[in-house]
Amino acid sequence: MSNLIELRDLTKTYGRGDAAFQALRGVDMDIARGEFLAVMGPSGSGKSTLMNLLGCLDTPSTGSYRFEGVEVETLNKDQRSLLRRTALGFIFQGFNLLARTSALENVELPLLYRGYTRKQRHEMARKALASVGLPDKERNTPSELSGGQQQRVAIARAIVTHPGTLFADEPTGNLDSKTTLEVMELLCRLNEDLGITVIMVTHEDEVAHYAKRIVHVRDGLIGSDEINTNRTLRSR
Amino acid sequence: MFWNAFIIALREIRRNLTRAFLTVIGVVIGVAAVVTLVTLGRGATETVKAQIEKVGSNLLTLRPGQGWGPQSAPLFSQGDMEAVRDQVPGIRAIAPMSSTSVQAISDEDARQTDIQGTTPEYFPIGNWQIASGRFFTDEEVVDGATVAVIGETIRKELFPKGDAIGQKIRLLSTAVTVIGVTTVKGQAGWGDDLDDNIIIPITTLQRRLNGQMSKQNLGQIMISTEDGYPSEAVVADLNSLMRERRRLSRNQQNNFSAFDSRQIADAVSSSTKVMTSLLGAVAGVSLLVGGIGIMNIMLVSVTERTREIGIRMAIGARAREVMLQFLVEAVTLSCVGGLCGIALAYGLCVWLAKLVGAPFTFDPKINGIAFIFSAAIGILFGFMPARRAAGLDPIEALRHE
Repeated sequence: MSNLIELRDLTKTYGRGDAAFQALRGVDMDIARGEFLAVMGPSGSGKSTLMNLLGCLDTPSTGSYRFEGVEVETLNKDQRSLLRRTALGFIFQGFNLLARTSALENVELPLLYRGYTRKQRHEMARKALASVGLPDKERNTPSELSGGQQQRVAIARAIVTHPGTLFADEPTGNLDSKTTLEVMELLCRLNEDLGITVIMVTHEDEVAHYAKRIVHVRDGLIGSDEINTNRTLRSR
Repeated sequence: MFWNAFIIALREIRRNLTRAFLTVIGVVIGVAAVVTLVTLGRGATETVKAQIEKVGSNLLTLRPGQGWGPQSAPLFSQGDMEAVRDQVPGIRAIAPMSSTSVQAISDEDARQTDIQGTTPEYFPIGNWQIASGRFFTDEEVVDGATVAVIGETIRKELFPKGDAIGQKIRLLSTAVTVIGVTTVKGQAGWGDDLDDNIIIPITTLQRRLNGQMSKQNLGQIMISTEDGYPSEAVVADLNSLMRERRRLSRNQQNNFSAFDSRQIADAVSSSTKVMTSLLGAVAGVSLLVGGIGIMNIMLVSVTERTREIGIRMAIGARAREVMLQFLVEAVTLSCVGGLCGIALAYGLCVWLAKLVGAPFTFDPKINGIAFIFSAAIGILFGFMPARRAAGLDPIEALRHE
């Protein structure tokens, strides 16, 4: 069985002519199903660009990106939207929940684009909220929730459609150490119990150490790519 | 997909009710203005038409001379009337009419009033209904009977205590017996009291009040035309017949005039129609401004919600779904605005109609048009903001602060 993700000599150039800036300069990487990958690197290293490409939000300038065997650059904008909708989940640093909207409705958001009935939406969203440990916060709006709870609602939103792959962009960037622990343990659980592939960008070592594999990006290239040997294990 | 867009749009509107209210207020006022003005304009036209009905529908009056006021032109004869009845097609009823103004005296009071001498055929022509008693008959006309049918104003003035039937009224040296009272007509459009008259057989008027027996003795000829028969044709036929009878040469002006009540009705209703459409157009401009208000707020809202659009795109919303969401939002807002405007207009119309004493009729057509128009405004002015939202780049949108 082929890898989930295969990158071959991937480049990304922003701008044109003299102002052109090459954010990625030839990345080769394979990611298998069920991996928990941390992408690390200083700002400007190209890790965000890599993340956007992996998440099918952007297309590479040259090179090839195969997701589940499909050449992503051959897909048009709508097809990439549909791919994100069905196969990918996203978690952001700033949570990006809709303000003045209950946790339940926030979690239902992706389902609205997938033609479920009201009853199905409610049921799936409740289940997702329960699985992130917030079964009693359905009615609360983001402003009534702590940062860690908000991020857990965002995770519930990301997994409510049962995606195979979860992209987390600095998921703990806005959290304190205690809630960071909560969120990371949740991500580990999703990876181990549900087999979701987790691809996470972070610049914090202690966060990265929850991952099974750590990739360092430097100046648009893969600097190092190694199995995490002293992995932080979640408390059982 | 459309239903989902509708749910999403409703949730968005609910999230910011203040903004929604500010967005729709322009459309509410615009629709309310258009509907109110057009409805009241229609009401005014209806009122004028109803008042002309009171005087008599399909009514043609053949008058001596040209224009209003006292005339030196010859009156009409019995022969003229018979010729008109026999030779002009499209006539349903015809009656002579002579009138004079005298003091009417009862046992209780006196009043200067209009005495109209005519035949029974005049009652349907003039749209008279009997309230009590009866109209006079053809025999009574032939006999020159001293009987009278009076209006309600006369009854009130001359017989304040009650029943007038059988009572006597003295007109000059003649006493007439009241045999009927007509139902109240009220005021004509021009302010005349239509109930301030006494109708007696024309022969009685001629013999006893005017004291003349000449052949040229009919002041006017009242004609009602058949329903659906063009009154213009009747007027043209009347003109040529009377010119012939009076032997007018080609370069002589008519020394009579055929006067069509429907012409006044048409003139009045066409002028109110012009007013209505002018005012309606002004109100339409306010509706347009309301639409621009929607576009403005939607554009601001797209900028303000850039991040939200980014989230939606990241979790898999296609450009067309984002577009549809914003479009449905704009249309929903403008439709809600339209409905509120129609409700407001209903209230305003009822209140204003009561204020000016005009009848209020709910016109589903103008309300429907106003509603469709407001929906169209939502589509028209929601399109640009929606396209802008759909054209956003998800990465840029997510990074937007």
